[in-house]
Amino acid sequence: MRALLRSLLLATLLLCAGAALAQAIEPLPFKDHAEEVRYQHLTAQLRCPMCQNETLADSNAPIARDLRNQIFQLMQHGQTDAQIKQYLVDRYSEFVLYDPPVARNTWLLWFGPLLILLVGAAAVVATIRKRSRSVTPSMSAATPTALDEGDDW
Amino acid sequence: MSRLIPFIGFLLLAGLLGFGIWWNTGHDQTAIPSPLINKPAPDFKLPLLYEPTQTVTRESLLGKPYLLNVFASWCIECGVEHPVLQAAAPTLGVALVGYNYKDAPDDAKAWLATHGNPYSLLMADTSGQTAIDFGVYAAPESFLVDAHGVIRYKHIGPITPEVLDNELKPAIAALPQEPR
Repeated sequence: MRALLRSLLLATLLLCAGAALAQAIEPLPFKDHAEEVRYQHLTAQLRCPMCQNETLADSNAPIARDLRNQIFQLMQHGQTDAQIKQYLVDRYSEFVLYDPPVARNTWLLWFGPLLILLVGAAAVVATIRKRSRSVTPSMSAATPTALDEGDDW
Repeated sequence: MSRLIPFIGFLLLAGLLGFGIWWNTGHDQTAIPSPLINKPAPDFKLPLLYEPTQTVTRESLLGKPYLLNVFASWCIECGVEHPVLQAAAPTLGVALVGYNYKDAPDDAKAWLATHGNPYSLLMADTSGQTAIDFGVYAAPESFLVDAHGVIRYKHIGPITPEVLDNELKPAIAALPQEPR
């Protein structure tokens, strides 16, 4: 009897804990599943200005909660994803976009890696050309043994 | 000469990494430059902390420059900044307007009773809704607004004596010399 009571108490406590957890997720009154998916998708593309390596969807910072609420309200007012993003960019700068737009000030960001790749490729091509030029004349003169030795690298 | 090429490559790379270190220690990396600089301050209508029936708007503050200081009783850095503001307020040359951010009014009043109240005007944004229009994301933040209601300067984080002397005072001096 005592054991039963104890397990009942434990079960009740666990239930309460579950309810408290569910509260922390702050459910929003979405009108359908599509709207909820859109909201999840949108908040996952935006960056929390406070804890800067988290998305608005993930972050538990107060400002992230406020901005999520604001995004929900804007969705209720029929704003498009692009309008909502612009709303946040106007206030918090392009920093909030995880995907920065291709603009003049982000050219280096977008094409910098390509530039470095091209420089590297040019260096490789130059080296190969130089080697083949310096190796070819000696090839005819070289004995097979000498060739083998030179092949080590 | 060709033997030097890897060394030159190394020097360039080291230079780039050194620049990265220098650049990132020179400024607060978490501070996001506000897109509102040199733009009109957003419209707002907020109650006074001590007289909630009275409201302040952007229009009612036009005509004189002011420093809008966003603070809250729960904000630890605000306690660091507060003595600096309090000492500087009389000689600042602009009005110091307090913006109590996401705070319970009673907590804010108790905090000000302890730390002192340097604000010539003090409004309260309990919900934090208006603060979104200002692009506020962390207290303390300070906005310097000119007589035409245009934001001229913003500082994120506490105003230290260095920030005061090196940034804020020059920004105030650079305000258009109109009737103050």
